[in-house]
Amino acid sequence: MGEVLILVDHVDGKLRKATAELLTIARRLGEPSAVHIGPGAETAQVTLAKYGAGKVYVFDDPAALGHLVAPQAEVLAAVVAKTNPVAVLIPSNSIGKEVAARLAIKTESGVITDAVDVQAGDGGPVATQSAFAGSYTVKSQVTKGAAIIAVKPNSAAISPAPAAGAIERVDVALSDLAKAAPITERKPKAKSGRPELTEASIVVSGGRGTGGDFSPVEGFADTLGAAVGASRAAVDAGWYPHSNQVGQTGKQVSPQLYVACGISGAIQHRAGMQTSKTIIAINKDEEAPIFELVDFGVIGDLFNVLPQATDEVKKRKG
Amino acid sequence: MNIVVCVKHVPDAQGDRTFTDSDMTVDREGVDGLLSELDEYAVEESLKLAEASGGTVTVVTVGPAAAADAVKKALQMGADKGVHVSDEAIHGSDAPATSLILAAAVKKVTDGAPELVVTGMASTDGTMGVVPAMLAERLGLPQVTFASELSVVDGKITAKRDSDASTETIEATAPALISVTDQINEPRYPSFKGIMAAKKKPVEQWTLADLGLDASQVGLANSWTKVVEVAKRPPRQQGEIITDEGDGGVKLAEFLAAHKFL
Ligand SMILES: Cc1cc2nc3c(=O)[nH]c(=O)nc-3n(C[C@H](O)[C@H](O)[C@H](O)COP(=O)(O)OP(=O)(O)OC[C@H]3O[C@@H](n4cnc5c(N)ncnc54)[C@H](O)[C@@H]3O)c2cc1C
Repeated sequence: MGEVLILVDHVDGKLRKATAELLTIARRLGEPSAVHIGPGAETAQVTLAKYGAGKVYVFDDPAALGHLVAPQAEVLAAVVAKTNPVAVLIPSNSIGKEVAARLAIKTESGVITDAVDVQAGDGGPVATQSAFAGSYTVKSQVTKGAAIIAVKPNSAAISPAPAAGAIERVDVALSDLAKAAPITERKPKAKSGRPELTEASIVVSGGRGTGGDFSPVEGFADTLGAAVGASRAAVDAGWYPHSNQVGQTGKQVSPQLYVACGISGAIQHRAGMQTSKTIIAINKDEEAPIFELVDFGVIGDLFNVLPQATDEVKKRKG
Repeated sequence: MNIVVCVKHVPDAQGDRTFTDSDMTVDREGVDGLLSELDEYAVEESLKLAEASGGTVTVVTVGPAAAADAVKKALQMGADKGVHVSDEAIHGSDAPATSLILAAAVKKVTDGAPELVVTGMASTDGTMGVVPAMLAERLGLPQVTFASELSVVDGKITAKRDSDASTETIEATAPALISVTDQINEPRYPSFKGIMAAKKKPVEQWTLADLGLDASQVGLANSWTKVVEVAKRPPRQQGEIITDEGDGGVKLAEFLAAHKFL
């Protein structure tokens, strides 16, 4: 079996959940190797080995993450040239997708993004995506070069499979062009203490119906250990940060449970949540299109329903 | 500063978007199409930049005959001229092929020296969001993508990009490729004057041959990926809907308990 590269998803060496998922998926396709770009490979190594990375290719020149996208694609292209992998799995977030895009052109390989599942198949990996705001399921394969597939978080149940995790340094001279768009400032987002939106198994979202008061939404989310999302209307009004927006131009989430509070269910919002396993909505308007999607709906005022539900959940949890 | 803005004609998301049975490509004939809403932000930003610096805006699209509507809308908003690349052989092209055609069109329309190339963040049909990065790679331009704020002063570009853990400031110098998000501006509506003026604006019609490209480089048959299956997801079964009569919250908690979420 050939090598399968995965691009490590981390913040300063702290691994994000997607990394173990990519390794778990990579094991279905061949022999996983991790590509770690940036600091902290030594810390990450233990976990990478635990989930099956035979090798860990490391490139820790600060210039790689100090410039937008292009350097990461150059580093990956160098590892691809060296290892001739069957597939390259990349986290399907906005940076990862762009890295995949440039890598595809550099290596003349096909690219699939937003995969929610990847399985071995005849003639290479088969990736599953959802299309048109979740109304279709599409399966596709790469037919040229290494299969470059950007995989969404929550696409696999992780399982350990210890391997060597041997560190191998990658020597690449980044081009001037790769360093043409420096990131001159990084302002960290305020931490909410809640799970990350795309990783959470429960998401509670608020829309225009909150009137700007997210406290009942946050209170309910916290009793469930959930992440908080928002519709674009709520974000545009300045009530909640853009990084919490769910939908076509925000995050696409696929949790076990999605609770939409005071959200009408516009197609662009659905595009970000329609594939959630269970959907609940609370809305004053019985005609709201969000009710077409729900497993459970409450026609009512969120300012009454949510606090009561919060108290009841607390009581039941003891 | 002269700007080229790349736009896409897409099926209307409010309609019933489907795939064609014969070759599993996006059905572009059975449904109404329009300028991708996310490209309106790119057109608007291009117009603003050109207005501030006294340059022109050229709108470029690749797509079948109906895609002329996307060019028209951008001209109505205020772009100066259009380029429509259309060729039977293009049908079914994937993102790498589309970026190849766009790159060739951008080069041709700028005599090989683009100043600023602007795009939307993604199309509203394919939604991959990869063509801008591919275009930067192919054109050998600095990539400044997903800009939610942008300033260009004397060719010096400063943009803000919202990522998961932080908000980043990115700098580059023109020539460059920029993609913009829907946070960046409020696209204008074409005015009556704009609609009338658009009728007289030049639109070039180019084929692959005009761009020095060959049918073997593009189209469904030469795509680097292939769709093996398309299935309509069964519509979600509507579940239980109750009206809150003072116990809606309790009932909600009961549902959560019954489905093992507590
Ligand atoms: C290019 C483009 C991209 C977009 N991307 C996104 C995206 O990524 N994400 C997104 O969400 N939207 C997106 N939109 C916007 C989308 O079209 C809708 O405008 C938006 O989702 C509406 O948000 P909302 O449901 O909160 O507001 P509304 O549609 O105004 O709905 C508010 C709902 O709250 C209910 N309500 C009011 N008060 C209460 C109360 N007290 N208790 C209970 N219910 C109450 C109302 O009955 C109503 O149904 C996009 C639009 C465009 C054009």
